[in-house]
Amino acid sequence: MNSPVEIVDKKEELYQRIRRKAQMSRAEVVRLIALAGSGHYGSSFSCAEIFATLYYHVMKYDSKNPKWKERDRFVMGKGHAAVGLYPILADVGFFPKEELDTYTEIGSAFGDHPDMNKIPGIDFSSGSLGHGISVCVGMALGSRMDGLQNRIFCLLGDGEIQEGQVWEAAMSAGNFQLGNLVAILDNNKVTVDGFTKDLMNIYPIREKWESFGWNVVEVNGHDVPALVATFDALPAPLSEKPTIVICDTISGKGVSFMEHTFEWHVANLADEDIKKALLEIEREVK
Amino acid sequence: MAVQLQSESWELFGSLKLAKQLTAGETLARLGDEHPEIVALCADLGYPTRLADFGKKFPDRFFDFGIAEKNMVSAAAGLAATGKIPFVATYASFLGLLCCEQIRTDVAYPNLNVRLIGTHTGIAMGFYGSSHHATEDIAILRSMANMAVISPADGVAFAQMIEESVASYAGPIYFRVSRGREETVYTEGRPGNKIGKANVLREGRDITIIACGIEVKASLDAAEFLANQGIQARVIDMHTIKPLDLDAVLEAARETGAIVTVEEHNILGGLGGAVAEVLMESGISCKFKRHGIMDQYALIGKPYHLYKHYKLDGNGIASVVNDFLSR
Repeated sequence: MNSPVEIVDKKEELYQRIRRKAQMSRAEVVRLIALAGSGHYGSSFSCAEIFATLYYHVMKYDSKNPKWKERDRFVMGKGHAAVGLYPILADVGFFPKEELDTYTEIGSAFGDHPDMNKIPGIDFSSGSLGHGISVCVGMALGSRMDGLQNRIFCLLGDGEIQEGQVWEAAMSAGNFQLGNLVAILDNNKVTVDGFTKDLMNIYPIREKWESFGWNVVEVNGHDVPALVATFDALPAPLSEKPTIVICDTISGKGVSFMEHTFEWHVANLADEDIKKALLEIEREVK
Repeated sequence: MAVQLQSESWELFGSLKLAKQLTAGETLARLGDEHPEIVALCADLGYPTRLADFGKKFPDRFFDFGIAEKNMVSAAAGLAATGKIPFVATYASFLGLLCCEQIRTDVAYPNLNVRLIGTHTGIAMGFYGSSHHATEDIAILRSMANMAVISPADGVAFAQMIEESVASYAGPIYFRVSRGREETVYTEGRPGNKIGKANVLREGRDITIIACGIEVKASLDAAEFLANQGIQARVIDMHTIKPLDLDAVLEAARETGAIVTVEEHNILGGLGGAVAEVLMESGISCKFKRHGIMDQYALIGKPYHLYKHYKLDGNGIASVVNDFLSR
């Protein structure tokens, strides 16, 4: 049996691993967007710890058998952060890392938004905001019919919840009592045209989801121990309330000149800034 | 006081007793034991679409999403991604038009086994007004890659093709069915409707009428009137608008030299558009006319008045054919 000290060490090891993988995702985002000439930095960086926590600690999957029926499923409502997920899917073994080098080339499997027909490990295609959470409602119903104990995770953007369909889905998940559905809100406070609160105010967020019958948890989306603790404490899949984890995040997190700005939501770094960005990302985790 | 039920009644629940074409629910209920993957979804119109007939037998596989159609369509895609065969039904105006983008992005693009059933099509909702008319849905759905578009002539044909879709068809289908008050064309139990294969219901050498949906029966009536005037019209039930039965069209062009298409849909982009595309690329010389709603929004009126007004009943179609042949 592990001593308390060993348990603490193991936890610390896990946190460090997740942090390193998050930074790996950020570095790859910088590299891949340079290949494309344009991409979503801000939004991918705000999700990096969320992606890493899900794929290196939370989710059940088999990268050698991507269609394993009992797997947890992950749908990106905010598909535009896909460039941050691809490196992680490659790293955990869904496809060879070299394939990422084709990013945005003609005929490549890898574009700005994730494609289930082309990429092993992508459970559903997305790109048009507001659909993903509805798709997850269907997946959660399907899993429940099959008597599975898996979870369906959906990543939502805070801008995305301006879409009316999200609230149709929220209502139905509460109504159908889908305890196996977990929404994750990347609350990075930024959309293309500016700051979410200035464009179309979505606040209060917690109260809205609670009123639709959801279990609501709030967490700092860059605090790895807090993320791990939050996901470890999720209600059982057979419980009757869907859960939303509202992650307080920073757009462009990890690169100082990108943080808290909307101009870097979709952009392209100049060559000298690429070096600057990578230095900052590499410095973060020793 | 009991609801007055007569052949001209449009009262919602009463008129369901007169429905003949809305056979999806009962067909699926029959198939449900053997096919546990079948699920059904509706948006507060489970009774008017008759999909509730499946829900009565399989309540755990029947999901009413309330008045939230976009969520329903995307959720159907999610269910299909877990291996289910979802049948989704609501009025065509809310399915093919309101949910166009959800259908394109979540159902057609991933090529999922979702069956969409748009009921109360064309001008079948008559006096409900333009919001409830659906004269654009064939054009919209037909332009989506992977999507099959099927407009059965009656409830027997609809049941046959639903059964085929469960047994052996992979990919998304849009079924376009009317409100169910129509006269039947096919005899129960006689297999005759295969997805993608048109049915020649009446032979003729002078002209071919190609129709879909409820206009098949009206076209057969028209052919009868025309025969009395010495015009022998071939009548083709082109229930599958996509993929279109090219051979049936080209044979008709070669053998009769004149084609009129009939549909309760805008003449732009629907059955007539599909047949025109094939004809123009075939190099076969053939007189051709599209008949339907002539790029306008339909008037308000009781359905049987509207069909008459737009010459979409037997007499009307016969007069259109006569005018066309005498030009």
